[in-house]
Amino acid sequence: MTDAVQTTVWVEREALIDRIPRWAAMLGLFLAFVLIWDLVTRAGWVSPIILPTPRETLDDLIFVGQNLLSGDYMLAALWTTTRTAAYAFLISAAIGFSLGVLVGETKFGERAVLPYLVAIDTMPKIAFAPLFIAWLGFGIESKVALAAFIATFPIVVATAAGLSASSENERMLFRTMGAGRMQTLFQLKLPNGLPYIFTGLKIATVGVMAGVITGEFLGGGKGMGALIRQSASQMNTPRVFALILYLSLLGLGLYFLVAWAQRRLVFWNRSGLTGPGAG
Amino acid sequence: MVQPLRDHGAAPARAGRPVYEIAGLSKTYARNQLVALEGVELTLRQGEFVSVVGSSGCGKSTLLKIMAGLIPPTTGRVVLEGQPVLGPRADIGMMFQQATLLPWKTTLENVVLPIGIRQGRAAAAAARARAKALLDLVGLKDFADVYPGELSGGMAQRASICRMLVTEPAVLLLDEPFSALDELTRDFMNMELQRICAETRATAFLVTHSLAEAVILSDRILVMRARPGRVIEEVVIDLPRPRTLEMINTAEFGRYVGHIRDLLGQEAAQ
Repeated sequence: MTDAVQTTVWVEREALIDRIPRWAAMLGLFLAFVLIWDLVTRAGWVSPIILPTPRETLDDLIFVGQNLLSGDYMLAALWTTTRTAAYAFLISAAIGFSLGVLVGETKFGERAVLPYLVAIDTMPKIAFAPLFIAWLGFGIESKVALAAFIATFPIVVATAAGLSASSENERMLFRTMGAGRMQTLFQLKLPNGLPYIFTGLKIATVGVMAGVITGEFLGGGKGMGALIRQSASQMNTPRVFALILYLSLLGLGLYFLVAWAQRRLVFWNRSGLTGPGAG
Repeated sequence: MVQPLRDHGAAPARAGRPVYEIAGLSKTYARNQLVALEGVELTLRQGEFVSVVGSSGCGKSTLLKIMAGLIPPTTGRVVLEGQPVLGPRADIGMMFQQATLLPWKTTLENVVLPIGIRQGRAAAAAARARAKALLDLVGLKDFADVYPGELSGGMAQRASICRMLVTEPAVLLLDEPFSALDELTRDFMNMELQRICAETRATAFLVTHSLAEAVILSDRILVMRARPGRVIEEVVIDLPRPRTLEMINTAEFGRYVGHIRDLLGQEAAQ
């Protein structure tokens, strides 16, 4: 060739592993994981009571799934746990938000209430489970209380932080407009704080699930936690795995419900600050 | 030696009745015994554009905050439209370095925000037509229903001009309103500001770092000096109106800027 013009193509060099598309990377990692799992259990290096084979786990996943779909006792258990988690989430949101406004908006709250909240927050809150059972019995009330207790603190902290997120300029603007304290709170500080508050709510969903299941482990009842404990005591490890997987769908559902509400409400701030799942 | 270009206090002929009157104003911060302002005398007349320039710490921001009713003076008379300024008022319009539009409200909703805060939702709804006319005045007619995230820096500041004007204030207090914009946008916005002030017959008080900006916009410029914060000279800008950006290249404009720079430079040399 006698082409005088040299054309160069600028190529961004990426490592081979980074060139795998997302779906293939995720699927590949999953298959590799299952393959190693299968090898380890098939070779008999691990007792099937400790770790069942992938096949057994899949069978149990299908069994539990069928039980759930046919509306059998497992669906009732899942529904109990769902209701418990929902109540706990709503209560922690209400109390956490109120305390957050008290701490973030008043000097009294910051001086007097916050130190106590921090002190309680540093305690291992799971340890309160026997107390809640003693106070509220073996029904869902004690589980709701424990879960709400665990989940409230991140919402308090996030709400208080959100209320102080407004800039000096914004506060000055509201002062020059003659805005009262309530107007500044509702028309400036709360909308500005919403991304923070939603971050707190997302952290709370994790705490709620941990609290509910811990409560059901320790306090019995009719929820998924009780089923998991039963299966574990019967050495039915594949069933435990299957139940945990369905349970995690409940936690994910709660999380994405919050993320969806955030996308609807905080439409002006779609990026940053908000952690995974915020889109 | 710097010779004053004119006698102090010679008001231009076009200025009208006094709107904002300040006499014997001082501000001392008890905490650190700092004298932020001392012996400030100032009268803003109807339709006048007055600027204040000075180095950082000369008290010009303190003066503006006192005039806005955000902080109280230690001594002195601060009177707007015959009424002492005892706090923020509806007849004081203010504009900041940042546009500070609320991102969850549309441009139009942001403009009527001061009405909503002071008089409630119904009054804000009733003011929408006036707000639209103001947006038209600054060339944002088509952006009324857009959220601020979609506005450029200059457009956001134009919207904040509308928000300042919507209450029809007696005086406009401008705290370096365009200093966060790039230079070309800033020049353009200054010419817009002049036009808007002329059309609304506004009385305006501008705090700025830019000597050229002060000279191109103002009828009078107060030159301030720090420790203690005081007005050392009042420079009357006798350039014809409307001012144009071409005037910046004239010898007369250069003399004004040079004179003020000399006044401020004396301080820097001290």
